Amino acid sequence: MTGPLVLGIETSCDETGVGIVRGTELLANVIASSMDEHARYGGVVPEVAARAHLEALGPTLDEALERAGVRLDELDAIAVTSGPGLAGALMVGVGAAKALSIATGTPLYAVNHLVGHVGADVLRDDRGELELPTIALLVSGGHTSLLLVRDLISDVELLGETIDDAAGEAFDKVARLLGLPYPGGPQIDRAAEGGDPRAIRFPRGLTAAKDLDRHRYDFSFSGLKTAVARWVEQKRDAGEDVPLADVAASFREAVADVLLSKALAACRDLGVPRLLLGGGVVANARVRELAQQRTAAEGIALRIPPLSLCTDNGAMIAALGAQLVEAGRAPSGLGFGADSTLPVTSIQAA
Amino acid sequence: MLLAIDTSAGTGVAVVDRDRGVLAELSSPDTRGHAELIGDYLREALERAGVAPGELSGVAVGMGPGPFTGLRVGIAAARAFALGIRRPVVPIVSHDAIAFGRTAPGIVVTDARRREVYWSRYGAADELGLPVRLEGPALAKPDDVPTDAELVDSPLVPVGALGLLAEALSAHGRPFAADEPLYLRSPDVTLSAGPKRVTG
Repeated sequence: MTGPLVLGIETSCDETGVGIVRGTELLANVIASSMDEHARYGGVVPEVAARAHLEALGPTLDEALERAGVRLDELDAIAVTSGPGLAGALMVGVGAAKALSIATGTPLYAVNHLVGHVGADVLRDDRGELELPTIALLVSGGHTSLLLVRDLISDVELLGETIDDAAGEAFDKVARLLGLPYPGGPQIDRAAEGGDPRAIRFPRGLTAAKDLDRHRYDFSFSGLKTAVARWVEQKRDAGEDVPLADVAASFREAVADVLLSKALAACRDLGVPRLLLGGGVVANARVRELAQQRTAAEGIALRIPPLSLCTDNGAMIAALGAQLVEAGRAPSGLGFGADSTLPVTSIQAA
Repeated sequence: MLLAIDTSAGTGVAVVDRDRGVLAELSSPDTRGHAELIGDYLREALERAGVAPGELSGVAVGMGPGPFTGLRVGIAAARAFALGIRRPVVPIVSHDAIAFGRTAPGIVVTDARRREVYWSRYGAADELGLPVRLEGPALAKPDDVPTDAELVDSPLVPVGALGLLAEALSAHGRPFAADEPLYLRSPDVTLSAGPKRVTG
């Protein structure tokens, strides 16, 4: 394999990620997470995350270079996430990437975090090509977005996104009210084992006929979280035991159902027979299982990058950077900043 | 030769030489926009000084005190630049750069936002003309800052002086600051008592 040698830096949330790729070949993917520091707060604290990035970035860079067995002076480009994400966290990566670019005389590409999640797919071991167009469902603690990707570096459209909590956030909040620790996703998964996903019919946000005009591809998880809380409180108030496995399984089913229903509706509506998943919530067993069942039933090709490339990481940023380099795109100027709400149509920041 | 970076107040980048002094210095008092400015300032400072990154012997950086978000941009840039040229970071307390060059005792005060200030007390400069910090840096309400010495209220940190101070400390084998940001405030976060009830 040949292709541009690119180092990617990702600091948009609580993972400090540095990845190195050569074209579509993954050479290193090193991640330092501050998740444990957030556990006592029940969610990501932006300032805690930003402080952790500053301390982790140097060691993470060194480790990635060592694992990849490359020197800085061999790099063809550096790529960095400029948004969307937590502003203070993003700025650590942006400041570091600019300095590294100037120190080493290496061109710098500022890229979009969400499009990076789609770009992760080109790094799969099986070398299967990312076929386009595709619908992409990106679900994490910070994002719940449905994209139409016609071209990875020039044509990405936002179909919908969450209007309140991200799906991962809903997992964290429901875990908390069930007395389970952070992060909620794996906890809910474990608690749901043996539970009946049809035991309680929790609401599917923005799926009522009246919502489908304006919010056909948007998500809402705030009402679901409140419905779970209400249900649990009523049981407790009545002095009854809360059937933890059933509640966890039914909640998880509601999330997975609405995510896949909307993603598959987009596939059908737009005539796109491909669905790509990304983001940390893909780690959820039921989300993956339901995606496999429903896409198989409708003859839609499903792609799920390996989990280490689904959660936030620098390799996906490097991979997107490499695609830009290969397409002959000019590097970004040095004046870009951190843009916490960078739209997906800005695949590369100027 | 050292590159010097400080983003504890505005944004400043300089290139300094022990013998020739400040070769280039760029500085903005804007207390925002650190991430946007830092790249152009780095490139411009090196260009004006006519110095290639590989000619530098290290990167001096102001560790604060300063507001978190901006402060981190400069430290992140300094650490990454140093990693890029495989030379050391030279951490400096930003207030020391303000005091450097003064001979009389004084109290350096900089803005900490939220109606507070950062302050440090300095005695007379030592025999080498280097600042002698006696107290601080510390965080206080403006009214609580000591007034028994001349107040040196500075809206920006002179980054050229910061670089020259680093050169002087290095030349005389004096210790640098600790390589950790001087936030002087904990992250704004409170542990919640648990989920709130949603039903009455």
